[in-house]
Amino acid sequence: MTLANEQNGSVARSDERLKKVSTLTAILRRPELGAVAGLVLVTIFFLLTANPAMFTLAGVMNFMAPAAQLGILAIGAALLMIGGEFDLSIGSMVAFAGLVFGTALVVWQVPLSVAILVAIAFAVFIGITNAQLTMRTGLPSFIVTLAFLFILRGLTLVGLKWASGGATQLRGMKEAVAGSPLAPLFSGDAFPGLFTWLAQAGIIDTFPNGSPRVSGIPVEILWFIAIALLATWILLRTRFGNWIFASGGDPRAARKSGVPVARVKTTLFVVTALCATLVAILTVLDAGSTDARRGFQKEFEAIIAAVIGGCLLTGGYGSAIGAFFGSIVFGMVLIGLTYTSIDQDWYLVFLGGMLLTAVVFNNVIRKRVTGER
Amino acid sequence: MSTSQTPLVEVRNLVKHFGSVIALNGVSMSVNHNEVLCLLGDNGAGKSTLINTLAGVHKPTSGDFLVDGQPRVFSGPRDALDAGIATVYQDLAMIPLMSVTRNFFMGREPLIGFGPFKRMNMDEADNVTRDEMHKIGIDVRDPQQAVGTLSGGERQCVAIARAVYFGAKVLILDEPTSALGVAQTSMVLKYINQVRAKGLGVIFITHNVRHAYAVGNRFTVLNRGKTLGTYAKNEIGIDELQNLMAGGKELQSLSEELGGTI
Repeated sequence: MTLANEQNGSVARSDERLKKVSTLTAILRRPELGAVAGLVLVTIFFLLTANPAMFTLAGVMNFMAPAAQLGILAIGAALLMIGGEFDLSIGSMVAFAGLVFGTALVVWQVPLSVAILVAIAFAVFIGITNAQLTMRTGLPSFIVTLAFLFILRGLTLVGLKWASGGATQLRGMKEAVAGSPLAPLFSGDAFPGLFTWLAQAGIIDTFPNGSPRVSGIPVEILWFIAIALLATWILLRTRFGNWIFASGGDPRAARKSGVPVARVKTTLFVVTALCATLVAILTVLDAGSTDARRGFQKEFEAIIAAVIGGCLLTGGYGSAIGAFFGSIVFGMVLIGLTYTSIDQDWYLVFLGGMLLTAVVFNNVIRKRVTGER
Repeated sequence: MSTSQTPLVEVRNLVKHFGSVIALNGVSMSVNHNEVLCLLGDNGAGKSTLINTLAGVHKPTSGDFLVDGQPRVFSGPRDALDAGIATVYQDLAMIPLMSVTRNFFMGREPLIGFGPFKRMNMDEADNVTRDEMHKIGIDVRDPQQAVGTLSGGERQCVAIARAVYFGAKVLILDEPTSALGVAQTSMVLKYINQVRAKGLGVIFITHNVRHAYAVGNRFTVLNRGKTLGTYAKNEIGIDELQNLMAGGKELQSLSEELGGTI
C-alpha cells in the first residue's frame, strides 16, 4: 500500500482503480476456492475412471443424497467454526435427536408435528448447554463438546434400550407418520409430477414401463440446497453474519465494538444442534427406524467438509457455500468409488489426504490474500 | 487555548484504588474543543488506569469527573461512547481477517430491508468506508480487502476514522505511534492534527516526547499516579518535558552517559 506520497489526487482516481482489482485476486480471496477446485478435480477423476452411469440423473441423485445428509451438518459446523468454536458432539447429536424423535413418534405416539417440536426443544437445550459450558468455564469448545460426544452417544444407547425394551434399535416410524400432511416435507421425493412429465416428454430416462427412473428429487437434497443458500446469505449479507466473523476473528475486539459475542456463539451452537436434528428427522423417516450408531463419526466428516470449504481452524474465516461444495466432494467419492474398480476402502485414505491438503492450502491462501505478516 | 470555554472532559483529583494498590492518587486534567492534550508518563505512571477510567471501564474511587461541565458517572464503556468519548486502544479492536468495511462497521452495521429480510447495506458501507479513507489520504482500492493487508499506520488511522465517523467528540488514543516506523508515525500524527482541526478534543497518550511535541497543544505529565503539572506548548521545551516525565535526574545522567541521545 502506498501512503502519504500518494495522498493528493488519489481521491479522483480511486473509482477507476477500484475496478482494477485483478480477477485472480478476487477469486483467490474467496474462501470456497479450495472446495470448488476439489470438486472439479474429483469430477474429472470420476469422468475418466467411473462407469458413465455415475453421471446420469439417477447416479447424481445417488451421490447427492449422502452429500446432503453430511452437508446439512457441515454447514452448521462451518458457521460455528467461523464463529470460533467447534462442536464434536454433532454426530452423537444425530443419534440422540433420532432417539428423541423416534420415541416421541413410536412410544408416546404423538403426531409428527409434536414429535418435531419435541426434537427441536431438545436440540435447543443441548446447544445452549454446550454454549454455556464453553463460555462459563472458558474451556475450549473442543473439550466440552468432546465430553458431549460420549455423553449423548451413551444416553442414546441407554434411551434406546429403555424405549425399545432392550434393543438398540427402534422401529415403526414410517407407520407412525403415514398420512401426516407434514411427512412429505421430510421424507420421500419432491416434484414427482414434474419428473413424470419430464419422463413422458422423453427428457429424462425411463424404465421400460414408461415411469421415470428417478421419481423426484430426494427432499434432503432440497433441504441441503436451501440451508446452504440461507447460511451464505446470512453470513455475507446480514448483521448477524458480520457478528459471526467478528466473534470468531477476535472475540475481545468484537466485544469492544459492541458485538454480543456470547449471544452469537450460543445461537451458533443451537444452530448446529438443530442441523443435527434435521438430519436425524430426515434419516429416521427415510429408514423408518433409528439406531445407536446413527451419525457415527459424522462430526469429523462435517468438520473436514467445512475445512475443505475454506474454514480456518482458528475461526473468523470461511464460507457456508464452501462447506456445501466440500460435502458434495465427499458424497461423490463415497459413492463414486462403487462405480469404479477401485476398492471402496480407499475412501478413508482420501478423507485424510483431502483434509491435509485443504488445511495446508487454506493456510497458504490466507497468508497471501490477507497479507498476514 | 482559551480558558473561558467549558472543557469537553475534565477530571479533578481523581483517585483510583485496586485493593491495596493505589493506581491514581490525585490526577487532574482537562481537554477542550480543538485541542490535543498529551498525556505523558513513563511505565507505571497511571496512564492506562486514567484512560480506562475516562473510557468508563473503571469507576473512580473518588474525585470529580466532568463531561461538558456536568458531573458524570459511567457504568460501562457504552456510557462513555454515548457521551461522545471514544477510545482507540493499542490493539485497535480490528480483526485482520475481516475486510476494511466489515471492521469499520463492526457492531454498528447499517441495515436495510424489513423483517426477516433485513440485511446489511453493503454498498453504503463500502461507499462510506472508501470516502472516509480518502479523507485521511489512504487509498483503499477495494474496501472489501482484508484489514490484514493494511500497514500498521493505516490500521491506526482506520480505527481513528471509525471513532470519528461514529460521532466521537473526545478521542482517547492509547499510544497510537508506539509500534510504528517513521513514515507511519508521521502519517498518524498528521491525521491526529486533522481530527483536532475538526474541533474534536484529543487525548493523546504516549511516552514519546517527540511525538507528543509534534502535535500537542498542552501536556499533562503523570508520575506515580499523580499529576506533575500541565503545560502549554509555549511554556515548556521538549527537553524539560522529557526530564519531567522521567522524574528528572536519573535520566539526565543516563542520557549524558549515552552521549545525549535519549
